[in-house]
Amino acid sequence: MSELVKNAAGRMVPTEVNGTPQTPFQGVGEFRPAGRKAAAPIARCTDYPADGDKRVGSLREALEKCGLQSGMTISSHHHFRNGDLVMNQIFDACAEMGLKDLVWFPSASFPCHAPVIEHQKAGVVKRVEGSLNGPLGRHASHGHMRGAAVLRSHGGRWQAVQDGEVHIDVAVLAAPTADAFGNATGDRGPSACGSLNFGLVDSLHADKVIVVTDNLVPFPCVPWQIQGNNVDVVVELDKIGEPEKIISGTTVLTKSPDRLLIAELTAKFMRATRYYREGFSMQAGAGGTALAATIYLKEFMRADSVKSRFMRGGSTKYLVEILEEGLTDYILDGQTFDLEGVRSMRENPNHVPTSPFTSYNWHGKGNFASMVDFVVLGATEVDAQFNANVVTHSDGLMLHGIGGWQNCLAANVTILPIPSFRDRIPVLVDEVTTLCGPGELIDVVVTERGIAINPRRQDLLDDVAGKGLPIRPLAEIKAEVEGIVGGKPDKPELGDEIVGVVKWVDGTVLDAIRRVPE
Amino acid sequence: MSHPVGEAGARGKDVRSDCWVRVEIRDAGGVEIALRSKVMSMYGRAIREQAERGLTALGIAHAAVEMEDAGAVPFVLDARLETAARRALGELAAEILPDRRVTPAPSPRDRFRRSRLYLPGNTPKLMLNAGLHRPDAVILDLEDAVAPAEKDAARCVVRNALRVVDFGGAELMVRINQGERGLADLDWIVPHGVQMVLIPKVEDPAAVRDVAARAAEIAAAAGREEPVWLMPIIESSLGALKALEIATAADTVVALAIGLEDYTADLGVQRTREGTESFWMRGQIVNAARAAGIQPIDTVFSDVADQEGLKASVLEAKSLGFDGKGCIHPRQIAVVHEAFAPDAVEIDKARRVVLAFEEAEARGLGVVSLGSKMIDPPVVKRAQHTVKLALATGLLAENWREEATS
Repeated sequence: MSELVKNAAGRMVPTEVNGTPQTPFQGVGEFRPAGRKAAAPIARCTDYPADGDKRVGSLREALEKCGLQSGMTISSHHHFRNGDLVMNQIFDACAEMGLKDLVWFPSASFPCHAPVIEHQKAGVVKRVEGSLNGPLGRHASHGHMRGAAVLRSHGGRWQAVQDGEVHIDVAVLAAPTADAFGNATGDRGPSACGSLNFGLVDSLHADKVIVVTDNLVPFPCVPWQIQGNNVDVVVELDKIGEPEKIISGTTVLTKSPDRLLIAELTAKFMRATRYYREGFSMQAGAGGTALAATIYLKEFMRADSVKSRFMRGGSTKYLVEILEEGLTDYILDGQTFDLEGVRSMRENPNHVPTSPFTSYNWHGKGNFASMVDFVVLGATEVDAQFNANVVTHSDGLMLHGIGGWQNCLAANVTILPIPSFRDRIPVLVDEVTTLCGPGELIDVVVTERGIAINPRRQDLLDDVAGKGLPIRPLAEIKAEVEGIVGGKPDKPELGDEIVGVVKWVDGTVLDAIRRVPE
Repeated sequence: MSHPVGEAGARGKDVRSDCWVRVEIRDAGGVEIALRSKVMSMYGRAIREQAERGLTALGIAHAAVEMEDAGAVPFVLDARLETAARRALGELAAEILPDRRVTPAPSPRDRFRRSRLYLPGNTPKLMLNAGLHRPDAVILDLEDAVAPAEKDAARCVVRNALRVVDFGGAELMVRINQGERGLADLDWIVPHGVQMVLIPKVEDPAAVRDVAARAAEIAAAAGREEPVWLMPIIESSLGALKALEIATAADTVVALAIGLEDYTADLGVQRTREGTESFWMRGQIVNAARAAGIQPIDTVFSDVADQEGLKASVLEAKSLGFDGKGCIHPRQIAVVHEAFAPDAVEIDKARRVVLAFEEAEARGLGVVSLGSKMIDPPVVKRAQHTVKLALATGLLAENWREEATS
C-alpha cells in the first residue's frame, strides 16, 4: 500500500488506493472538483433491433454480448436487499466463462451475497468496491480481498461514477417489471421493490447495460424508472428475487423498551425545537428506533395540527400512513422497504421515487438532503467531538454500509438516536474506530440516558432549555456508561495493512480501515 | 480422581449481556482460564483479571475456569463465577462482593408506590436500564420468575444488582420465596440495600412476623439502620379472610398487595377481564390496608400490548381505593402514573385545602377552614397527597403556591 498522510480530520489515510491516486479529506466543503463529467460511449440506435426486442437467452449470453472481460468492473443496485437472486448467478456465469479478477461495484451488498466470497477465493472476483454488510465485510476485514474495500455513501457512488473515478464496464440491473426494449420499473411485479433508482447512474454511465427481469410485459413498460434507451440487452429469468427478503429486517419496529424510550425522547426533542413547524421536512432511517421516533412524532403532529411538506424515505408503511392521513404532502422516496411502500408508490402520485442524484449528489447543482429540517440516523460509535462511525464495530470489523448516512448529514438538524452502550460495549467513545461523519455536521445524540447537543448548536440548546428534556453533556453520559460497563474498553489490536477506506461525499479519503486479526 | 465441577449462567446464540461459567476445582496447578467472549478484543483482559480476583476472594487457588461471555457487565460476571464455584463446592463462606456503586435515597414509609416494575431475578440484562423508565419501585423477583434450579444463581445476581445498579431513585424491592427459602433469601438482600421485601402467598400473620424478625436480626448484624419495609401479598381465600391480621402483623408492614391467580383457582372460577369474581377480594384488601393505615396495592395487568386496557384497569383500581399497580413491562409505567394522577377538579380542590391548612398553621390556628367549611385533618392529609401526586406527574408546577396567590 502507498504512503500515508494525515488528512484534515487528523486521520492517517493512503494517497493511493488500488492503484488510483487519492485526495485526502480537506475539510467539510473544502474540496472543489474540476473538469468534465465522465460519460458512456456514444451509441448508434441502428445497432439495436428496430423492433425493440433486445432479449437474449441467458445471463451468460448477455455477459458475452456485452463483451465482459477479465479485470472489468461489473455493477448492480441493491433494491432487492437480502432477497437478490441475480448477482450470485451472474458470478456463477462469469466463473463458467473463465473470467478472473472482476471488480464488483454494487450500491450495497447483503448477507445473501456470501457466495461471492467463494468466487473471490477462486479468483473470479478480485474485490468488492461498495458497501459491505455482514459476511463480506468480515471477509474483507480479515484482509482476504485483493485490494482495499472502498466504502462510499449512496451519493458518493454517484459522484464517483459521474466524475470518472469509477468506470462501470457492465451494469446488471434486476428489474421487477420490464419490456423487451429495456424499460424497467420496480413498483410492480412478483419481485416488486419500489424504486430502482440506485441503478439509474449505472444505466446512464456504464459502457453496457443488462436488464434482468422475471416479469416481462409488452412494450411499453410504464413507468420507466430505467429507460430502455440506455439498455443493451434484456434477460428473462424465472425468478429474480425473494419478495419476503426484499422486505428488509431493519424495517421492523422496535419492541425494546429502551429503544422506544430513545425514540420517544427523539420525537420530543424535535417537537421542542423551532424547526418543528408547519411545512417542516424530515428524513428517518429504516432502523427500528428511527421508525419508532417517526411514529411518536406523528402523534405530536396530529395533536399539534402541524403538517410536514415532505418526508424523505426509506419508505415504510409507517410513512405511508402519515401520507395517507394527510400529515405530509409528499413522500420523496429513495428506497422502498415494505410492500405498503411499494403499493403507495404505485398508486399515489404524491409518493415520488427519488434517486441519489436528486437527493445526495455532490456534483449536482444542489441536492435535496441539505433542504431537510430533521434527519434521524444511526451510528455504531460517537466520540466527544460528535464524530461518528457507521461502518465498523468497536472491534474494528467492517459490518455495515454507509448508505445515505453521510449525505444526510447535510440536513439542518442531524439527530443520532443510539443506545449509550450495546451489551457491554460503549457507543460513546474517546475516539471513533472509523471516522465516517465529521462532528461538525452532527448536532444531537439521543441516548436512553439523556440527550447531548453539539455545543455548536446554540439555537437548539436555547430552544429546548427548560422544557423538561434530559439535556446532558456528552462526556457526562459517557462517564456514566463507563461506570456501568467496568471502564473504557481496550483498543483492539489491528494489523498495519489497510483493508478499506471510507470516502467522504466529495470523493476525498476520510479514513482508513485496518485489518482485524482472525 | 474426579474434581468438583459447577456451572452457572447462560450461553447460546440468543444470550446477550450474560455469561456462562464452568469452574472445575483442582488440587494443584494454579488457575487456568479459558475465555471466549463477544467483546474479547475490548474486555478480554479485564474479564480475565476480574475472574482471577474473584477466585482469590473465594479462596480458590487451583481451578480450571471456562467462560463464554456475551457482553456481561462486571457484576454479572462476578455473580456467575460465584454461583459456579458454589455449585462446585457446596456452601462457601466467602463471596465475591462487588463494590457498592449506588447509595439509594432513604425510602419513607408513605412514599409513592404507584408503579412497581417486576424484573426476573436471574435476568440481569433487564435490570441495567430499568431505572430509566422511572418506576416508583423495581422488584427483583426471586420467586415465580425464577426456575427452581436457578434460585441460587438469582440470589447472587440480585445481591450484586442491589449493590451496583442505579435504579434511578426507584424503591428497591425484592420478592422473596415462600417459607424457609424466603427467610434464607433475606441473608442475600438485607445487608445489601433492599428497601422493601415482598412476601408472597401470605395466609398467616406469623409468616410476616418471621420475615420481620429475621430481617431485623440480619440488619442488626450488618449494622444496617434503615428499616426493611414489608409488603405481604395476599393471593388466596384464606389470606383474604386474615387480611387485617396480616396487615398489622409487624410495624414494618407499609403496604398490602393482592395476587389473583391463586385466588381465582381457590374459588374455582376463571379470571375474567371484568374481574367480577375478585371484586370482594379487592374490596377486602383495600379495607384491611386502610384500616391498618397502610397502602393497598393492586396486581399486574398482563397484556403488555393493550395500553388502553391497562389504563382502564388502573382507573378501576384507583376507584376501588388502590394506590399502586404492578408492571411487567417498562412501557406500562407512564400509563400507570398518568392513570393514578388526580384530575383537574381534584387538584384544584386539593391545592385550596393545602393553602388553607398552611395559612391556618402560619397563623397558629387550631382549626382549618375553607370558606365557611371546617376541614378535618384526614381531608388535609388526602389533599397533601393529591398535591404531591400532581407535582410528581407534572400536572402542577413546583411554584404552584405563587401561581395560586397571584
